Formats: sequence, C-alpha cells, structure tokens
Amino acid sequence: MKPQSFLSQNRSALWFLLSLTVFALIVTVLSDAMGNGMISTSFVKTLGKTLCLMLVAIAMDVVWGYTGILSLGHMAFFGLGGYMIGMWLMYARTEIIVTESLRAAAIPPTPQEIHDSVGTQIFGVVGSSEFPAIWLFAHSFWLQIAMVVLVPGVLALVFGWLAFRSRVTGVYLSILTQAMTLALSLYLFQNEAGLRGNNGLSGLQNLPGLEDLPQATLSLAFFWASAVALGAGYVLFAWVVSGKMGSVIRGIRDNESRVRFLGYHVESYKLFVFTLTGIVAGIAGALYYPQAGIINPNEVAPIASIYLAVWVAIGGRGRLYGAALGAALVSLLSSWFTSGGAPDIPLGFYTLHWTDWWLVLLGVSFVAVTLLAPKGIGGLFDLLGHRHPVPERVGDFGPDKGARRTVEGEEER
Amino acid sequence: MLRALSLVLTLALCLALPAHRAMAQQTGPLQALLQTHADEVASPGRQSVGPLIADLVASGLPQVPDFLNRWSDRDLVQDEATGLFYYDGTPPVDVDTGAPVRLDRASLSAVRPNGGVRRVISTALVQFQLSDPDIAARSAALDAIARAPEPDQLAPLRASLASETDPALRARKEQLVGMLAARFGANSDDRVAAIAALSGALSVEVRAVLNQILTTSPGVAETLPPEVNVARVLQVGDDIPIQDAYARLVDAGRAPPAQDRDQIKAALTANVAGGEVGGVPVGALDSETDRLRAYAALAEAGAAPPLVTQDTIEAALASHVFYEAYAEPDTAVTDAARAALDEVEQRVFFNQMLDLTLDALSLASIYFLAAIGLAITFGVMGVINMAHGEFIMMGAYTGYVVQQIIPDYTLSLIVALPLAFAVTFAAGVAMERLVIRWLYHRPLETLLATFGISIALQQLAKNIFGTQARPLTSPAWLDGAWVLNDVVSIANIRIAIFVLALIFLALILFILNKTRVGLEVRAVTQNPGMAASMGINPDKINMLTFGLGSGIAGIAGVAIGLYAKVTSEMGADYIVQSFMTVVVGGVGNVWGTLAGAALIGILQKGIEYFNPSNTLAAQTYMILFIILFIQFRPKGIVALKGRAAGD
Amino acid sequence: MIEMMKLSGVAAAALACAGAVSAQETECPIKVGVLHSLSGTMAISETTLKDTMLMLIEKQNAAGGLLGCELEAVVKDPASDWPLFAEKARELISNDEVDVTFGSWTSSSRKAVLPVLEELNALYFYPVQYEGEESSKNVFYTGAAPNQQAIPAVDYFLDELGVEKFALLGTDYVYPRTTNNILESYLTSKGIAAEDIFVNYTPFGQSDWSTIVSDVVALGEDGKQVGVISTINGDANIGFYKELAAANVSADDIPVVAFSVGEEELSGLDTSNLVGHLAAWNYFMTADTPENAAFIDEWHAFIGDDSRVTNDPMEAHYIGFNMWVQAVEAAGTTDVDAVRENMWGLEFPNLTGGMAVMGTNHHLSKPVLIGEIRADGQFDIISQTEPVAGDAWTDFLPESAPLVSDWKELDCGMYNTETSTCVQTKSNY
Repeated sequence: MKPQSFLSQNRSALWFLLSLTVFALIVTVLSDAMGNGMISTSFVKTLGKTLCLMLVAIAMDVVWGYTGILSLGHMAFFGLGGYMIGMWLMYARTEIIVTESLRAAAIPPTPQEIHDSVGTQIFGVVGSSEFPAIWLFAHSFWLQIAMVVLVPGVLALVFGWLAFRSRVTGVYLSILTQAMTLALSLYLFQNEAGLRGNNGLSGLQNLPGLEDLPQATLSLAFFWASAVALGAGYVLFAWVVSGKMGSVIRGIRDNESRVRFLGYHVESYKLFVFTLTGIVAGIAGALYYPQAGIINPNEVAPIASIYLAVWVAIGGRGRLYGAALGAALVSLLSSWFTSGGAPDIPLGFYTLHWTDWWLVLLGVSFVAVTLLAPKGIGGLFDLLGHRHPVPERVGDFGPDKGARRTVEGEEER
Repeated sequence: MLRALSLVLTLALCLALPAHRAMAQQTGPLQALLQTHADEVASPGRQSVGPLIADLVASGLPQVPDFLNRWSDRDLVQDEATGLFYYDGTPPVDVDTGAPVRLDRASLSAVRPNGGVRRVISTALVQFQLSDPDIAARSAALDAIARAPEPDQLAPLRASLASETDPALRARKEQLVGMLAARFGANSDDRVAAIAALSGALSVEVRAVLNQILTTSPGVAETLPPEVNVARVLQVGDDIPIQDAYARLVDAGRAPPAQDRDQIKAALTANVAGGEVGGVPVGALDSETDRLRAYAALAEAGAAPPLVTQDTIEAALASHVFYEAYAEPDTAVTDAARAALDEVEQRVFFNQMLDLTLDALSLASIYFLAAIGLAITFGVMGVINMAHGEFIMMGAYTGYVVQQIIPDYTLSLIVALPLAFAVTFAAGVAMERLVIRWLYHRPLETLLATFGISIALQQLAKNIFGTQARPLTSPAWLDGAWVLNDVVSIANIRIAIFVLALIFLALILFILNKTRVGLEVRAVTQNPGMAASMGINPDKINMLTFGLGSGIAGIAGVAIGLYAKVTSEMGADYIVQSFMTVVVGGVGNVWGTLAGAALIGILQKGIEYFNPSNTLAAQTYMILFIILFIQFRPKGIVALKGRAAGD
Repeated sequence: MIEMMKLSGVAAAALACAGAVSAQETECPIKVGVLHSLSGTMAISETTLKDTMLMLIEKQNAAGGLLGCELEAVVKDPASDWPLFAEKARELISNDEVDVTFGSWTSSSRKAVLPVLEELNALYFYPVQYEGEESSKNVFYTGAAPNQQAIPAVDYFLDELGVEKFALLGTDYVYPRTTNNILESYLTSKGIAAEDIFVNYTPFGQSDWSTIVSDVVALGEDGKQVGVISTINGDANIGFYKELAAANVSADDIPVVAFSVGEEELSGLDTSNLVGHLAAWNYFMTADTPENAAFIDEWHAFIGDDSRVTNDPMEAHYIGFNMWVQAVEAAGTTDVDAVRENMWGLEFPNLTGGMAVMGTNHHLSKPVLIGEIRADGQFDIISQTEPVAGDAWTDFLPESAPLVSDWKELDCGMYNTETSTCVQTKSNY
C-alpha cells in the first residue's frame, strides 16, 4: 500500500476548512461591524460561541468516538479555561477603573492600595475583599494565558493518569469523570474557592483597554479567533486520528486488551488523547466565555458535559465533521426554540409552545437517533457519497475486522 | 396638602375622643384601667408595656388574668370610634362583664401584641398560673419561667411544688426550682448545692443557667486587681491576637491609637502644602516607605500624632495584663458552676456525637433509598439508567396527585406508596421494552438514550405540574421528632425513611436470594445465553427486573418528597450521588450499595461537623474521596469475586 | 451653489422631519421584556412575577395601550442560570428590541444582566428586596434596599423581641453575603459581640437542614435569646421550615425573620407549625386598603384561581410598571434616556397605603412592614413604619458610608462625598 498524503486521507479536513472560511467571510460581510447589519451583533456572538462549542465537540469526538472513552467531564476543562481567562479580564478591567478613580485623590496610590481596591471591587459581591492565592497570576495577561493551557492540562493529566492507571474503563470511567466535574462545580460554588462562588465572574465581554471599541467589532474579532481556533483544532485532531496513531487509538476503542497484548502502552495513548483534548477544551472555553460575558459554576455542572456527549452522538461519532455539525445544529436549534423563535402550533384543544416542548422533542429525538441512526447526522454524508453502510457492531470483533482504516468515516472490510 | 389634611383629622379625632370616653363612663373597672393606657394596649411595645402590666397586676382585679390571656392570644379588639376594648367574637363581649355588646364589626380593629410583648405578658401571668387547675396554664407558666427566669419567681414556684399533682409537671417544677436556686439562691452554700445538682442535666436551659453564672467580661490592668473574680489570664499572642489586645488598651485609654494605612493617608492628605507633604513631593507618595517618611516628618513638626510603631505596641502590651473576670463575685459559686458546666459539656459532646451519628444514618438511608433501585438496574443488570432520578420524581408526583384526590394524609400515603410503585414499574417496563432492550450490547449508548428520556420526562413534568415546588404533606403522626434528650433528637419522617430503607433492603435481598425470580435474575445477568438454554426467558426477566428497580425508585420518590420537596428537578439532585453510591459500594451487590450509602452519609456528616458553616465543602471533599477511593478499589467496597464478577 | 443650498435645505428638512417622526411616533407595538426564571430553583418565586407582568400589560392594553400603541410582552426563560440571564437579556434588547425589561429575582442574576444593560443602554426594573451597594443608571430598583427591610427587621428583633444572639442563615450568593455583612456591622454597632453572631451559608436548593437547625437550637446554651435572620432563597426554604417544624422550634423560643419568604413561598407549606415566625417586606397580602383589595381581585380574575396569593415583589412590579407607563406618557416616547429622566420623582400609590416615590438614586420610598406567619399561610401585620427612602449605599459599612447615588444632580451612581468625585459611572459586576 502506498503512503497517502495527509489531505487525501482526510478529505473532510479540506472541505471543512473551506466551508468554515466561506462561512466566516459571509458572516463578516453581513455583520454589523461592516455596516451591513444583516446579522446582529448578538447573533455574531452566538455564532462565535457556537464555533467554540464545535471545537470542544471535536475534542469530545476524539476522546469518545475515536478512543472510546465516554468522558462526561470535558466541559470541566472548557469551564476552567473560561475561568482562567475570566480572572485576567476581571482583574485588568477593575484595575483600570480603580486606578482612574484613585488618581482623583490628593495623594497618588501605592501599588498595594490599587491591589486592595481591586480586591474590594471584585470580591465585594461575596462580602470579602482579600485576594485568594489562586489569583496570584491574574495581573499578568501572559501568565494567565499560560494558565488557560496549564490548568485544564494538568487536571486532565492527573485525573487521566489516576483513572487509566487503575484501569477504570467503560461506564465506570464515565461515572468517574462525571464525579470529577461535579466535584469541580461544587468546589467552585463555594465562596472559599476564591472565584466568587455562585456569582461567578462577569462583565467579561468588556475587554480592558478596549472600551472604545464597539462590541460589534469586538464580537467579530472573537468570531474570527474562534473560527481560526476551530480550523486549527480540526487539522490537529484530523492529524491525531490519522496514520498509525489513529489506528492505535481506534484499536483501543474496539478492544483495549488486544492492543495491549500487541505491545502498545495503552495507558499512554489514552492519557495523551485525554490531556490533549482537555487542553483544547480549555482553549475553546477561553474563547467562549469572553463572548458569553459571564461564567459561573453551573457551567461545569455534570449536565453540560452530558449535553456535549449528546451533540457528538447526534452529529455522529467517529467523524470529526459530524461532531462539529452536531454541536452547531443542536445548540443553535436549542437557542432558537427556547428563545421563542419557533412558531407555536395550535392543535385546537391545546397550543404547542415550543419553549415548553423543545426539551421533550430533543430528548425523544435523541433516543431515536441512538436507536435508529447510531451514525447520527454524519451518516447522511454517507448517503451523499454513496458509501456502504457499516454493519451493526454486535459482539466481539473477529481478527478479520481490524480497527485500522485508511478512509475516514468507514470501517475497512 | 394631604399631610395637612391628615393633621386636621387627627386633631379632630383627639378632640372627639375624650367626648366618647366620657359617654362610655358606664364601663367596668378593667375597661377604665385600660382606657388610661389605651395607646399602649392597642399597640404595645416590649420595652414600654411594663407600666401597663404592672398597673394591671397591681389592680388586683379578678378579670386581669383572663384579660392578659386573651390579649396575648390576639382575642382583643378596639372600637375605633370610642377607643373601647372588647373581646372578639360575634357579637363582641365586654372585657369586664363578659356580656355581649351590640357593635358594628366594621369599626373594630384587631389588637395584635407582638412576640416580645406576649413574652412579657406570659411572664406576668406566671403568678396566676402556677397553681391554676388547668394543666396547660401551669405548663405555660413553667415555659415562661424557663424563657425568662426572674429572682422573684423562686418563692412562688417553691410554694406551688407541694400542691402539684401532675408528676411530669412536678419534675419540671423541681428542675426549674433548681435552676432558679442556682442563679438566685439566698446564700453561697444554697447556690453551690443547687449547682451541683444541675451537673447531671443536659438541657440547653441548664447550660444557659450555668453559662450565665459564668458570664465574664474582659479586663485590662497593669497588675491583676485583687478584688475581681478572675476567670483566666490571657496570654497576648496565644489567647488574644496582638491587634485585639492593643485595641483593648486603646479602648481603656491606656495607649494611643495605632494609625492604619488609611489614617496615615488621611493625615498626609490633610497636610498637603505647596505640592509636598513633610518635605516629600506629593508625586513620590506612591509607596509605603515614602509615606511613612513623610508622616514621620509631619509628626516631628507636630502636625500629626506620633507614629505608633511595633516597638511601642509591644512595650505597651508587655506592661499590662489581660484577663477575663466573672460577673459573679463569689468564687465558690463560679468554681462549682465551672465544674458542673465541664461535666455537662462533656456529656453534651457525647450526645452531640450520637446526634451526628443519627443524622449520618438518616442521610445514609436517604441515599440508600434513592440508590437502591439503581442497585438493581445498574448494579445487577448493568444498565445505566440516567432517567432513574426521573422515576423518583414520578413517584413523588404520584404522591402529590393522590393527596389532591384523597385529602386524608394517612390514607393518601397508604394509597400513594403502592400506586407510585405501579406507575414507575409500568414506566420502567415500557422503557425497557422500547429502548433499553435494543441497547444491551451498547452500554454507553444506553446512558445517552436514557439521558434523552430523562430530559424529556423532566420537561413533561414541568409542562404538566408547573415549575413550582408542590407540597407533599406528611400525616400528623410523622410530624415532629423523636426526642431522646435535649441534644439528641431526630425527625420522625427521617426515622420512617430509615425504616423504609431497611424494609427494602430485606425485601430485595429476599427476592434476589430466596425466590425463583431472583434466581432467574441472577442467572440472566451472569450469562443470558446459558440462562436461556436453561429455559429462562431472558427478555421477560430483564423486563421484570428493570420494572422492579424502577418501581422501588417510585416509592423512594414518595419518601423523599415527604421529607424535602417535590419539583421536576428533584431527580437530578440525586442521580449522580446515587450512581456514586452504587459504584463505591460495589456493583452487583445490594450489600455493597448499603455500604456505599453508609460510607457516603457518615463521611459527609463527619466533614460537615468539622466545617459546619460550609455544607458544600463536605460534598466536594466527599466526591474527591470517592474518586480517589475508586482508584484504589475500582470494584468498590464489596467486590464480587469468582464467577459472579463476570470478568 | 444655490443648488447646493437647496439640496442641503431639503436634507435638513428631511432630517428634521425624520427626527420629529421618531420623537412622536414610537414604533408599535411597544415591547415589554419579561425576564423571570420559569424553571430551576428560582421558579418557585419568579413564575408568579411573569404572570403579574402579563396581567399588568393586559390591563394596560384594555385601558387603551400606551401612546396609542398596544403593549406586547416578550417572555424569556433564563432557567435560574445566571449566564443564561445575560444571554437572554441581550436577545431581548438587541434582537427583540424591547423598550423596557422587567426581571430577575436573585441579585446574582441582576449582576449578570447589568453589563449587558449598561453596554446597550437599556431599561430594567428589578422588583425584589436586595443588598444595595449598587445603583445603575439603567436599573430601577422597586424592591427594598437594606435600610427598607433588613435594618428595620433587625431593629424589631433587638427592641421588640429582645434578641441577643443572632443566627444569620443564608443561601450562598450576593444578596445574603452582602446583607449579612451589613447586618454584622450594624449589630456590632448596636453592641452585639462578634461571637454572638453565627453565620451560615448553604447552596441553592439545600434540602438537608437537620444539622443546621440543631446547631441553631444549641446557640441558646448561654442563656441569651436567639433569633434567626434568614436570607435563604428559593425552594430551599421548604426543607428549612419543615425541619424547623419537625424540631418543634416555636417562634417564642427562637423567632425566625425571613427576607425572601412571602405568601407565595409559604403556599407550598403547611404553616400550622410556623405560626409566629416573621417576615419583613414592604407589602403583605393582608394589607387592608381598597387598592390592595382591587389588586387581589384582578389577580384572581386573571389567573383564574381564587386561592392564589399576592406578595411583595408583585407589588413592586405593579408600582414599577405603572410608574414606567406614567414616565413614558410624560416623555411621549419610550426612549430610554427620556423615560429615565421622567421617572425621577414620580409618585404612585402603594397597595399598603400612602405614596411610593421614585428617588433620583433609582430606589423607591416605601413603608416597611413586619408580619407574623398565620396558620393559613398569610401574615398578621404587626408593625408598619412611615415611608422610608431606599438608600443605595448603606451607612453601616465603612467603605460605602461616604457613597451616594444621584443620577439627576450628580449623574453618578457611586459618588464619594468625601473626595467629591464620581468613583465610577458603571456598576461593579
């Protein structure tokens, strides 16, 4: 078999990048910032946030769809990334306000005074004024950016090491990851955690020093940053799941013991994938929350991670574009339905309000997808490309059906 | 304009009132007495009502006790037109004669003494009630004494002891006499004896008596004054922080106040002259050292009080002694009280531990009840049912609906429990047939599909019952608490949940281990193919097992609804906890679930005890513990061994 | 040249015309945003407020609308989730282009919405008692500030009930934290020692109260009268009161005054064991005035259920909405800045009697009422003060004592009277 180039092996990457660029350009042209006003600023924000969600969904797909680890805790890394950038945003913005107001006094402020007043302003809402230790780096943009990568990365590394080392697999691992994100959210809910408990960090949409820039421009900039991150993330993960590395992790998904018997160090592969996706989730979060404007511990509650799994499942596991599409479709539909965008359906005896019934529809359609179309939306592309349906996987795989494959989205026969 | 009008009106009323009063001269002595304090009777205040009550008591009128009672019970109304008081009723009755009065009810306004006033009234009533033939009145008098002990209550209370017929009240009276004697006894020996007798007690009241005898006040002096009864001498730095100690010195006028950063800054700001302060340019005052330098210069020039340095503080502290002194001058009494209190507190500590254990057991039983259904569906069958919490919710709503139809709480509970089982059993069977059956080979997808069902059910409940919490009221016999002593008590509803959990444990153990169905369930879960070859229908068994697990969740829902609240989201509160209970305990074993629930309950209460002001911390650390625990015992506390382990 | 002048003249005329049109004719219909949680832990309190708004809007439409336009309610459900509050507020303002929004219960949700409001210069009415320490240009606070609820209630505890030891129990978020801070400082100034103040925070939706209740009972062991000040919010109250009743804590032994429990919260409870416990509000359903009777009748007719209760935040919305209507009529437009200026000094009758006045610090002046719980879930009003003006910045915390808010004269919500400077025009989030 002759070696194939990266792009010919991942035709979808090319298509994905192309459509992403076209999409981003269209949005830019139609946006408020360009004076066109076809797409409102708040919708640009929604789209930018959706791109971040697509990125974390792709990461989730690599963990679950390719490596077979159903992590119900990846939104914890996403949230942590948001918290890390949020700390800098709050600190820097408050520092500017405080310096401005202290300058009015007769005597110039000492650095300690500025620091203390920033503390009073930030922690006043939780009845305190002291800076907790975890805000040590909050004054510096670059250090805090480093934390965006480091904190989720280290948490994923430590947690993954502990879990994979003791060979917790399958459902137990899912519950364990769920416990992790629950513990994190409960910890953040506490005031003692030093991140303003239940209130979370807010006002993140105001970038320090850029107060004069209109939100229309800012949101477009964040939209582009998210698009670039998504494109880069897609290429990165397409590379990870292709080639020999991809074969090994798919092998782990299909039969961990056999891969281990072949001499691969399964734990290292799993740990690598888990940590890498954790870091990417953190970066996605760091881009998401300045657009959302506020982050609080609810964002890392277990339900968020379950929804992430739902997006990936609806989009179609085991193909990156499927996960991305699933995330975009479900989250946009959700916000369309819950914000009353969908028209009510009068049934004569009862009027169906979509705001009330959307979750029921989502839940039922989710069951339907799981039962009837396990390949999700991504499966539709198989119809387009006249691909052969993949046989239902039931029971053990024989030696004839290896996990290696050279064509995306299809098992080799 | 409006204000002026109301002023005129008030004036007119004031003028008119005496006239009315004059007309109503034919009233009885109590009414006349009340009219002299009319405003106070109509809107009494705790601190101002004293003279009125003293007058009433001093009048010696036989109607007074009854009046005080009915006043306190908000049975009194005032006629707005005449200002006269009547007892409420149709028709209202005269306070003196008890004769009905013809009055327009619309002009009557209710008199509502507040809680503080009612307490004053009940204290005043004590003397009338101590030997009242009505037990309730006597017991009310004793409660009043316990709430507000006064020295002059001791003698009448002692006197009433002899005539007391009710043994419980007699014991209570003796106890109160002891408590009063300890505080207000005639001489030191009496009091020491009374205090010694109290050391066997446990109640909050007794601790209150002892603590009040031991009330201390802080003091500071250059040497310990000999005349005070010193409780203890405080070591600066160990018993009292340096700052606090110095603040006490300042308060006592024995040292100049130390300047903090803001005061230094204020002094500097006040002395800015020509762009500089004390020779330091204003622009340079952006560091602490420069500010201190400028301040020192100011102090030198006499423009500010001299800086209190660390050295001066330490010197001042070293030359003083800090102590706490008892308010009670008699050393014998305080020593006896201290000894008695130590003894009481030790016993209180043990009882608190016992109480904590009860709380922990109760929490464990709630977790167990929530998780036991899962122990079957997840533990035995291996099906991840994320909708388990919603089955709990369905059970609770069933209880609510039954209560709407059957108003009798006991009867409705008897109907609700089996009905909740039936409803959730049916729901479980339907779910198994329609969804889970197709996913036995894809456990992770079962998780997601059941999650879909979970959000759909939650939203359905919202659409049907609304988002408000719905009341599920427990019958009267489940109200209140089982009180072992003044420290240890537990709500009856929690005991009921505990008993329910035990019953389920026994029931499930019985079904799984002693019945044919149980045998088949175990066979099917261990090896469905082999079980099928032995003539067992795995489909049917799976369906039944799942139904059983779900049905138990429904009953748990009724119990949890009774103790907490019924909302569409109540299931979500328990689901993750329940899964962890099962996993920690060890999958596939009901005993494991029990162990898991016990571990989690006890652990959570234990952590809470050490950090009482932060309930979340307990939950967080508990989950961290569970995560670590699973690392080291991946199979849980009670791990299956051999063939049953399945792998 | 002449051509050009003509042209510019035409342009100017056109511009003037456009200006006049926009000033006189507001776009119909006038949209009113309603941002209350209809699900989640706060739904117990907030759902009713949504219905109240719908009722008020319906009534206004029946009375001929506003400026010749129909009013249209735009309802969103932020699901007790603070980030969702921010998102939905943005949707309301920039997508639905509402002219005013009524919403929030918890302070956290208000703080989440604030940056969006200030960024987009929108108008918001917040109907619930809160912790103060805030005065946004874009928010009108129709609920009580601490000096209109918490401080009078504590005074009542001190003076009337003789409480010497305080347990401050709260849900863990902004309102209880800040209120308890203010109260601690106030109690200290009243001579209560620090060790006689017990503070405890629990998460939203807390259901296991047995340990906390027994801790509170044990506070009485030094013989001091114990009182509980509860800032527990949402459905956690159900478990708390059930446990209180189970532990047989009578109001005579340990009185509880609640700042977030009204008629609506009690309707989910059997209150026979809670008789005598207290609540402090600016309104109780039992207030005996003709306005209140009419309001209750309207409410029952609208909701179609005579057993439904009314409560304080409903009154706040009632006053807030009617003041907004008056301000819009006075301004002749729904333009935010014009309406704001017309709000200052407006008067509207309270349901409890007397007039509510909107101050230039965006707070109302209202009477303070203290009620005791009755067996039927209603309150006996046992104390009613003269109207008290809401104070945005409390006098009992050293750092906020010198601060005042006055949007009319000073155009500043956080003005330091010591340094005579405006600390900031936007709010702390």
